[in-house]
Amino acid sequence: MTATLPDVSRDEASLKSFLHGLPGVDQVGAEARAAMLSTRSIKTTSKQWAIDTAISMIDLTTLEGADTHGKVRNLCAKARRPDPSDPSTPQVAAVCVYGDLVSVARDALGDSGIRIAAVATAFPSGRASLNVKLADTKEAVAAGADEIDMVIDRGAFLSGRYLQVFEEIVAIKQAAGPAHLKVILETGELATYDNVRRAAWLAMLAGADFIKTSTGKISPAATLPVLLVMLEAVRDLRDGTGRQVGVKPAGGIRTSKDAIRHLVMVNETVGDDWLSADWFRFGASTLLNDLLLQRQKLATGHYSGPDYITLD
Amino acid sequence: MPFDYAPAPESRSIVDIKPSYGLFIGGEFTDAKGGTPFKTISPATEEVLAEISQAGPSDVDRAVKAARTAYTQTWRRLAPAERGKYLFRIARIIQERARELAVLESLDNGKPIRESRDVDVPGAAAHFFYYAGWADKLDYAGLGPAPRPLGVAGQIIPWNFPLLMVAWKIAPALAAGNTVVLKPAETTPLTALLFAEICQQADLPPGVVNIITGAGETGQALVEHPDVDKVAFTGSTEVGKAIARAIAGTRKKVTLELGGKAANIVFDDAPVDQAVEGIVNGIFFNQGHVCCAGSRLLVQESVYDEVLDSLRRRLRTLRLGDPLDKNTDIGAINSAAQLARIRELSDVGESEGAERWSPPCELPEHGFWFPPTLFTGVGQSSRIAQEEIFGPVLSVLTFRTPDEAVAKANNTPYGLSAGVWTEKGSLILWMASKLRAGVVWANTFNRFDPTSPFGGYKESGFGREGGRQGLAAYLA
Repeated sequence: MTATLPDVSRDEASLKSFLHGLPGVDQVGAEARAAMLSTRSIKTTSKQWAIDTAISMIDLTTLEGADTHGKVRNLCAKARRPDPSDPSTPQVAAVCVYGDLVSVARDALGDSGIRIAAVATAFPSGRASLNVKLADTKEAVAAGADEIDMVIDRGAFLSGRYLQVFEEIVAIKQAAGPAHLKVILETGELATYDNVRRAAWLAMLAGADFIKTSTGKISPAATLPVLLVMLEAVRDLRDGTGRQVGVKPAGGIRTSKDAIRHLVMVNETVGDDWLSADWFRFGASTLLNDLLLQRQKLATGHYSGPDYITLD
Repeated sequence: MPFDYAPAPESRSIVDIKPSYGLFIGGEFTDAKGGTPFKTISPATEEVLAEISQAGPSDVDRAVKAARTAYTQTWRRLAPAERGKYLFRIARIIQERARELAVLESLDNGKPIRESRDVDVPGAAAHFFYYAGWADKLDYAGLGPAPRPLGVAGQIIPWNFPLLMVAWKIAPALAAGNTVVLKPAETTPLTALLFAEICQQADLPPGVVNIITGAGETGQALVEHPDVDKVAFTGSTEVGKAIARAIAGTRKKVTLELGGKAANIVFDDAPVDQAVEGIVNGIFFNQGHVCCAGSRLLVQESVYDEVLDSLRRRLRTLRLGDPLDKNTDIGAINSAAQLARIRELSDVGESEGAERWSPPCELPEHGFWFPPTLFTGVGQSSRIAQEEIFGPVLSVLTFRTPDEAVAKANNTPYGLSAGVWTEKGSLILWMASKLRAGVVWANTFNRFDPTSPFGGYKESGFGREGGRQGLAAYLA
């Protein structure tokens, strides 16, 4: 990467030639690297550290049509105090809800320091006009969202209209104002690792503070090879420009083992600088409970069982 | 706060190492009548693991006689499908005892448990499974209507993949109906001796597999034994030449798998991140103790800085240390002698003007260790670009055009393997047709499969192992 990036977004042709000029990703090689890193054996003290770090990186999420005020309040209570039997358990990083429930979360979280992320821009499909997406974003921010999780227009991306995707991200970024912008690539719909790399760069060039794998509504969601390709992108951007962008895998990360594998990949691909909630998040709903179960096991030496983990 | 990995050692209690081992002849462990026993050590700690017998000429003779008897009286008379059954049984026992074999391999050889567990042992089992299937289908191997076994095969294997080489040698020989006398390397005999126990466990008829231990003289006695029909050797080019001289003019058939100095060629349109992984895997896999290691990196000049920066960054994450730790990437150098050779050639590289670089890397106090090392500014005329170092040392050269890449890659007495990294399929095919190497990997490196033939051009030897072609070495 060159020290400064030329203005590649000045027109469709420049943007396209930049994105298509990125080095390709060899699928077999990327998957082999991810598989190899999955064999790392994280035990004892390093497992303790990884579990607490993973908890502190969670965007505790509920994104159901059936979400209610009560459901969101319960989620916020869990976010503040994940394990009532052990106050040393760290808080999660954020709760992630639909825009209309931001104000409920705001009240429930108070001054806990836990951030509120709202999905916006006609989540999860992104199929709406720009005006609707902008209004969606502005309302969420006005209601108190600290972070906006937007989706890119995959249709535009797949048909090669990169500039449209770019300009939409720029507009949402502007509408989000002080809120941190996470850009969801929905990698399960991009199909190839080459596309993941291009979409990651596109989002970063347009001003994303975080790049996020998935909505959680499409399978496959977050996979380790996809995370690898996205981590390589944020690493190369910082090497080239000095700007650091965060990464958030979301969807399908359910066990402590999964979470630890993600942290290992962060550690060995981009290193310490990304190993905090400022730069790495897990978008997850059920992951927290498995982390709590494993945390209790490490503390007491035995498994307590699901009855000892609160359900919210 | 950094993410430190706590030690995660594989338990060595799973393997039971005897204080001393005899020779495996005629289905039983027997005392050697030859020379003084020697010790095999763990190269990571220099701890003595066991005392090993030294087979003398009379022991070699006993082993060859046992193999001949088994050949004429049982193995060649057995229905081919029955031979296959024994091989399947051996393959399954290798899988069942995989952890034991992996721990023992890492102890005796120094290689990381991750590699012995994920590559060596599964590869050995896969080889037996593959050739087991051939045992009753030899008529269809493309070698004529009724190919016949050769008789008694004398097989000598190196220390870099001790168990895997046992499988590469024994599986096709037995499938084809031969019996064998195999000599493992002096520094790594333990998994071959455990394999002898596996043969007993599988109820393999006595004498079909005989395993004798010893140094070079034992191997020489085996090669020169008049009743050996076939010699198969994997090891250095120097010893390979001596074997070729020794059997010249005899009726013995021979296959040799010798050294290499493979070029790993990275074009400017390569998938850079995976190419860097391939470079690392090419030269630092098994501490570079790999005959087909990608020990010469040829990078197109237009992406030189990018590739080298990525490579250096990646090398900083390699974890060197206890071979039994499941997170170790780079284990110990196999022997003091090999370490001395790696040091000597690295010093030569420096004195010839190449620039030496290693990541910050703490070496354990005891045992034989060498950090992953890069040499840049290497010319074709450097000794480190010509001679096989057989260690974790990579020589980096550059090229401008595909023609120049081919010329440089082929400019070596060896011709075992090569790697090509580009997203352009037509360039891969063109390069593969020009490279004088037995294996050309495209956008990968050091990948092995029992179905794929492996072997060299020029001074890397002749004959093929693996695949249908691997049967030809044991049939007439």
